[in-house]
Amino acid sequence: MLVEKYAQEIQSILSKYPPGQHRSAVMSLIYLAQREKMYIDRDDMAEIADILGITVTEVASIVGFYSLYYDHPEGIYHIQVCVDLPCALRGSEQFLAELCTRLGIKPGETTSDGLVKVEPVMCLAACDRAPMFQLQSAEGLTYFESQTVESALNLIDQLRMDVARMRRRGGYD
Amino acid sequence: MTSLPELAPENNFPTFPKVNNNYQYVLLRHREITDIDNLNVYRRNGGFQAFEDAVKRLKPADVTDLVKASGLRGRGGAGFPTGLKWNFIDNNNWPHYVVANADESEPGTFKDRELIARNPYQFLEGLAICAYAVQAREAYIYLRGEFWELANQLDGHIAAMEAVGLLGNNLFGKDYSLKVYTHLGAGAYICGEETAMLESMEGKIGQPRLRPPFPPSFGLFGKPTIVNNVETLTNVPMILKKGVDWYRSIGTPKSPGPKVFSLSGCIKKPGNYELPLGTTFRELIFHHGGGLADGRKIKAIMSAGASSALIVADDRALDTPMDYESVPNVGGQLGSASIIVIDDSVSIPWLINKTVHFFRHESCGKCTPCREGTYWMEKLTERIAHKEGTPGHTLEEEAELLYEVASQIKGKCFCALGEFSIEAVLSGIERFRSDFTS
Repeated sequence: MLVEKYAQEIQSILSKYPPGQHRSAVMSLIYLAQREKMYIDRDDMAEIADILGITVTEVASIVGFYSLYYDHPEGIYHIQVCVDLPCALRGSEQFLAELCTRLGIKPGETTSDGLVKVEPVMCLAACDRAPMFQLQSAEGLTYFESQTVESALNLIDQLRMDVARMRRRGGYD
Repeated sequence: MTSLPELAPENNFPTFPKVNNNYQYVLLRHREITDIDNLNVYRRNGGFQAFEDAVKRLKPADVTDLVKASGLRGRGGAGFPTGLKWNFIDNNNWPHYVVANADESEPGTFKDRELIARNPYQFLEGLAICAYAVQAREAYIYLRGEFWELANQLDGHIAAMEAVGLLGNNLFGKDYSLKVYTHLGAGAYICGEETAMLESMEGKIGQPRLRPPFPPSFGLFGKPTIVNNVETLTNVPMILKKGVDWYRSIGTPKSPGPKVFSLSGCIKKPGNYELPLGTTFRELIFHHGGGLADGRKIKAIMSAGASSALIVADDRALDTPMDYESVPNVGGQLGSASIIVIDDSVSIPWLINKTVHFFRHESCGKCTPCREGTYWMEKLTERIAHKEGTPGHTLEEEAELLYEVASQIKGKCFCALGEFSIEAVLSGIERFRSDFTS
């Protein structure tokens, strides 16, 4: 239950908005729910609906509309490469293609260990430092700019070691 | 859950030579004072004096008058006079709100990100001054979801301001209180449209509202609201501090002040450049930007990101001043001044396929011309870009059909997104027809 685990944080999110406007908190609460497992399931949506006094369908429509929300598991980490026009003019399409080849996947797929999904995304407002991508995890988002395929592969190696370490400690799953 | 690895992302923005040695940065001041993102440093450099002076000594309407007199125009793309917008606030309906638009999502635009990351307090001071001018006691910053780290940083800056009495109750001993909050979006270009942003902030899907009524009369939670872009607000403290005459000495009479130009595409030194409005394309691209790769020629310029018409980059265009009045003379718009340089290796059908794909993906689905129009345009641009064609149809005929579809979208969309989607398509076919032959 989110309300038990994050009682204080939920209160602080709700307090940002005027009385009677709790619905505004829906976006933050979906992020909060995703923090658990990088996607939001039906139970979480129902709980958020309950907190805000709206319907589950309304919460689901928000999850469906925005691109940073996920309603099913798709890898622990998402590497989202911007391939919009300015980045494409600086080689981001080739970067994405080669990165995927080296990982043995197609753009939009997740690596065989279920860890990293690599996908093309729309503009990330970092056009001058392409190729670039953002790394989205349940923890949040980080930009990686002026990248090479090698630097991206190094990052993925680090992510794999990090997860392996966490799993050995029993801290993960 | 595992934490992110300790691989520091590259967060230090590069510095570039200034316009000339006499020019002092007005917006990108962190390039001179590198730790200006520290509250004490910002204050030591005159920060928050303008806000304090305004609250202590100026009537709210006087602040609006100063901004009006400065000629500052909205830097988000529309170029609407900022003071005039503030003047529109409905004083018969309370409370008032201010929302800073930090949803920067236009392909080619990356100026607000640098301002928030490196000169955050000047932006926050501008936001506070705007709030005082329209007597809003609550202000929000709507950041695109991808600016998650920036939102966390801003939360820290807001807390720092609260701790020293720059935000909170009875500021500077006066009967004025202000709270500032961040609100994170979740990946939707359309939320940069101000009414879609307000819908999103109200916890609904981000689809635009019918205008009028405009936000200064019916905005957030149905209350009078001023929505301003980050860069616009970042101008405001300097206008109050240094005066209207000084501000108007930069730029042109109808487009006063400095502008951050985001330069990208086929260019040696991409990046943000703060220059006076009215600087020519040539100076930006060939002097500051270092020109194009060796052996490449400039073919086209997109001056307002992916929403731009393609300007033929001839001498006349290159010598055109980048201000709100002049760019339309060469068939473009200044918009948010996101200058994408296109060289002679780029195929225009490939380019418009890129921009149309973007708009199809980001169409909110509310109105038919945009939702269906971008869908069919994408089908056509895919075929044309890959020179596939349809059996029995030449590429020229496909281009004609695309032109017809785009023309039917024109002027029929609910908001600007749909209208933006056809700019590169129509101008591309009209001005680069030889690219569309078999």
